Amino acid sequence: MVAVLPSGGAKFEQARVGRRKSTPYLLLIPGLAWLTVFFLVPLFSLAQTSLMNARQPGNPDAGFLPGFNVANYSSAMQAYLEQYARSFEYAAMATVLALIIAYPLAYFIAFRSGRFKNFLLVLVVAPFFASFLIRTYAWRTILADDGFVTQFINNLGLLPDHRIIATPIAVVAGLTYNFLPFMTLPLYSSLEKIDVRLIEAAGDLYAKPFTGFRKVTVPLSLPGVVAGTLLTFIPAAGDYINAQLLGGPTDRMIGNVIDSQFIQIRDYPTAAAMSFVLLVTILVVVTVYVRRAGTEELL
Amino acid sequence: MAEQARIEDLHLVHVTKSFGTFTAVDDLSLTVPGGGFFALLGPSGCGKTTTLRMVAGLETPSEGQILLGDRDITTRRPYERSINTVFQSYALFPHLDIFENVAFGLRRQGVKGAEVEQRVNAVLELVELTALARRKPAQLSGGQQQRVAVARALVNRPDVLLLDEPLGALDLKLRRQMQIELKRIQSEVGTTFIHVTHDQEEAMTMADTIAVMNAGLIEQMGAPAEMYDLPRTAFVANFLGQSNLVHGQITGRDGADLLVRVPGGEVRLPANRAADDSGGLIIGVRPEKMRIAYKDEQNVNRVRGEVLDVSFTGVATQYTVETPWDPDRPVTVFELNDEGAPEVKAGDNVELVWEYGFTFGLDGDDDLDAGNELAAEAAEVAEAADAEDE
Ligand SMILES: Nc1ncnc2c1ncn2[C@@H]1O[C@H](COP(=O)(O)OP(=O)(O)OP(=O)(O)O)[C@@H](O)[C@H]1O
Ligand SMILES: [Mg+2]
Repeated sequence: MVAVLPSGGAKFEQARVGRRKSTPYLLLIPGLAWLTVFFLVPLFSLAQTSLMNARQPGNPDAGFLPGFNVANYSSAMQAYLEQYARSFEYAAMATVLALIIAYPLAYFIAFRSGRFKNFLLVLVVAPFFASFLIRTYAWRTILADDGFVTQFINNLGLLPDHRIIATPIAVVAGLTYNFLPFMTLPLYSSLEKIDVRLIEAAGDLYAKPFTGFRKVTVPLSLPGVVAGTLLTFIPAAGDYINAQLLGGPTDRMIGNVIDSQFIQIRDYPTAAAMSFVLLVTILVVVTVYVRRAGTEELL
Repeated sequence: MAEQARIEDLHLVHVTKSFGTFTAVDDLSLTVPGGGFFALLGPSGCGKTTTLRMVAGLETPSEGQILLGDRDITTRRPYERSINTVFQSYALFPHLDIFENVAFGLRRQGVKGAEVEQRVNAVLELVELTALARRKPAQLSGGQQQRVAVARALVNRPDVLLLDEPLGALDLKLRRQMQIELKRIQSEVGTTFIHVTHDQEEAMTMADTIAVMNAGLIEQMGAPAEMYDLPRTAFVANFLGQSNLVHGQITGRDGADLLVRVPGGEVRLPANRAADDSGGLIIGVRPEKMRIAYKDEQNVNRVRGEVLDVSFTGVATQYTVETPWDPDRPVTVFELNDEGAPEVKAGDNVELVWEYGFTFGLDGDDDLDAGNELAAEAAEVAEAADAEDE
């Protein structure tokens, strides 16, 4: 069961095996150190903060005392359940939309783009050359009330509010746009890996092109779908820029709540509690999702 | 037998395939007898895969027609043809287990539950893989994957099964074993098999009919023994086994025999084994048909020469002999190591003899080396593949 080794004496091989056993752990050290300093420690302090007591209830400016106030969680959830639910709703919509847009795009780039492949891939990541904030501001202009897009769609009678900006549509559109590359690239990479001979084999075995796509291409691209949806859904659920710049006061997401609790109201325990709930929820959603998708078998 | 007669022949009629300005298959006409084991043999790049892909429908001919029986299938989509392929790389679906891989074609054709089960199990039994039905392709050895690929195609009971160098990736021992296995499966199911290979030995052991292909054209087609006995072109003479060839001039006729002058002597051969009856002719004889004369013999062709090299190969000994035919092209002789073998060493002068009837005569305009380097190259490739597998 020993893997094939280049030739060498038995002793030499044993030494190599011994060294090889410890090598992975040594290689883990920098990563573990990084995670400890920049993830575990802040996480711990966040947990601590979320359980603090206010010095003067109702007046966060008076400061907080360490404690074990679990009620921070229930009161935060009660106050912001709406934003919390909305975050997942918007993130889910944006993820689905991104998948619908990115799949054909990635498919085209992987199978049909010929010598334009690299050029198209550069175009996919081109938005990253400008900052996230600037691009989202640009969407304010694009979706502005007197803008061409809004006027055109409104003329078709498709807008109940006669506007896009400051509506959920704008927020979901912004989220979809901003995270589209995170959906496209993993999809592309898993589609590109598919051996076209498998698709030919499906045709040879009486699968019409669409059936071949459904039975061979789609299952083999599932790892990309899972990676892409996670990379879109997770940051989208916690995002606050899109809701802030493109949404109206009634479109606030949990990210906006955390943002304003931390920065403006400075109610740290509530903000920390909300952050924790968000984190745990995402973790649970992702775990269930990955289990259901059964990607281990595909990889 | 009656059942075999019903299986239709496959006809390729003036089929041409060009990629841009390059012609991969050139005006190819071919009839594959129904129910037989047909081998398409040729050097690398001669257009074998392209031909198979056109039959499978994965490539459309630039010109010409493909007929199954009397139905024109030239423009049918792959999923509309009752033809299945065993791909060179197997192309098993990695996300499906063996059972589902084999069931794939049946399900697409709308075969239902119990029948799928029964047919898949039957074919898995045929290829002796019943125990592995629930494994994924990645968990199988190369030989097992190869058998799954055969099962996946066969389960559909196609009119024609195409095999594109299905044994190329296997080591020599497994390859021999699979050759026998495939042959057994073919005779059990009676489907027409078209087997592409560049291994002439494989083609000869397995096939009922061989077509030798070269540079997009069919050089010759026939039963293995027939083609070996009477090659029609220098390419076939060199590619299918080995031959000693020499240019000659026809000088006359004696009854049913032709007399041909070659450097250093005269050779006699039956006129019906010669491509021509006047002018130039290439005379050929297989190395094992020649022997070193140690007693006076009658009614044989002869050539004198000096032994350059003797190499012992176990069953036989190979002699390399320089003759007046062409000093740069020594003659090769295989002698079985039985009692009759004479004691000969390098430097000896010997006389080589062979029966008139073993001589063949090829078109005088052929290139003596056609197929020669290619045969060497193909052997090298096969050997390299074997070495890699070990
Ligand atoms: N899609 C294509 N575009 C251009 N040229 C091609 C294409 N497919 C095949 N060819 C060319 O056609 C010729 C025949 O190719 P083919 O694959 O049929 O060879 P082959 O006989 O199967 O060879 P091998 O034994 O190496 O598999 C080759 O010279 C190849 O380069
Ligand atoms: Mg080929």
